[in-house]
Amino acid sequence: MNLDFSQIVPYIPFMLEGIWVTLKFVSVCIVVGFILGTLLALCKITKIPLLKWLADAYTSIFRGTPLILQLMIIYFAVPQLTGYDISAFLSAVLAFGLNSAAYVSEIIRAGILAVDKGQTEAAQALGVSYKQMMKDIILPQALKNILPALMNEFITLTKESAIVSVIGYLDLMRRAQIVGADIYRNFEPLLFAGLIYWVMVYILTMLGKVVERRLRVSD
Amino acid sequence: MIEVANLVKSFGNNTVLENISTSFQQGEVVAIIGPSGSGKSTFLRCLNLLEQPSLGNITVNEEEITLKEVNKIKVRKQIGMVFQHFHLFPHMTVLENVTYAPLKVRNVKKSEAQSLAKQLIDKVGLTDKLDTYPNQLSGGQKQRVAIARALAMDPEVMLFDEPTSALDPEMVKEVLDVMKDLAQTGMTMIVVTHEMNFAKEVADRILFLDEGKLIEEGDPILFFSNPKTQRAKQFLDKIL
Repeated sequence: MNLDFSQIVPYIPFMLEGIWVTLKFVSVCIVVGFILGTLLALCKITKIPLLKWLADAYTSIFRGTPLILQLMIIYFAVPQLTGYDISAFLSAVLAFGLNSAAYVSEIIRAGILAVDKGQTEAAQALGVSYKQMMKDIILPQALKNILPALMNEFITLTKESAIVSVIGYLDLMRRAQIVGADIYRNFEPLLFAGLIYWVMVYILTMLGKVVERRLRVSD
Repeated sequence: MIEVANLVKSFGNNTVLENISTSFQQGEVVAIIGPSGSGKSTFLRCLNLLEQPSLGNITVNEEEITLKEVNKIKVRKQIGMVFQHFHLFPHMTVLENVTYAPLKVRNVKKSEAQSLAKQLIDKVGLTDKLDTYPNQLSGGQKQRVAIARALAMDPEVMLFDEPTSALDPEMVKEVLDVMKDLAQTGMTMIVVTHEMNFAKEVADRILFLDEGKLIEEGDPILFFSNPKTQRAKQFLDKIL
């Protein structure tokens, strides 16, 4: 045991910058995943076979292949195919956002199905349109029930985001590797990065609890 | 006001309603009674198209609502419904439950919707519960809110689907009282119920259904004292 954290001190600003880089793309991914996931969930519960099939096929593909493979296809293979030089940020957002949407759509679908059928009937009997019913009555109740599962997905996304280091995106993880290579010591920077990931997830968990408490006022 | 002609409803091979024809007049209070599984609720739910009839037609105010191209939302706007299990929106307060449909479906101004809602909530005796969430209400209170919510759409007819069946006995009266008041205002009401006293006292007419068929219809006093059909006699013997 010869841990020496003093050696990474000069690199701390460099690594802390990684927090911002990671947060930036993870938050975009969460938004993309949530919106697309909601739309996919709505497709899955419609009576239109084509939409249902498309949404199921989408989920099957993105859940059935490794995330790292999807990321590498988007970053390395797309330019080869189209000639468009895609940035690491955009690749990351696409891969993680599209992948997360597949998982989120299943969570939301389960949430919608768990809302009492009487809610739909009450809304219909009042003459409420399908769109308004979903927006104001079904989805708010569904979200309340699935919030813990949704938080789980967001936490996973935050941690799995470390995979972007394989395409050279300068996130927290990649920076820890660079520092490790620079000072020939890996334990300290990796431990430091681990601590930061843990703190980020902890804060996210707390945020989830606040939202959950807000949604529970009607109980 | 509502004409039902040769209404048939089946789920797969199971025929729930067989060839029902009747009509409902403006201001009339009609009680639908019969054993469980007789199709009472299905019949009621056909009237606002929560169930799509398999055959036959229903006309509301001269407009045939069983046509394919009919706008269901437009039909339902004029027909209020109260459910056995209330189905209040649990994430909205009492006031929000009652103002929601006027705001979003009838596009009434917020101040107007609120004052109308407050009047209705006052009418069902729950003014002190305006900002309460449904989970904090008793069953009887929930059902009264549900009645106010349906009335807020200013419907021409109200459908009640066993409104007191899910209530504790001591709460039945408060809901029935609200319904009696409503009947006195001249509201057209169609009530599926097991409350025979209510049917006898308040209804202008009884429909007796059994096994999906309309067995007997007529004046409550005659029906309860001297039913014409054997089936109705048997039913009344069991429950009275």
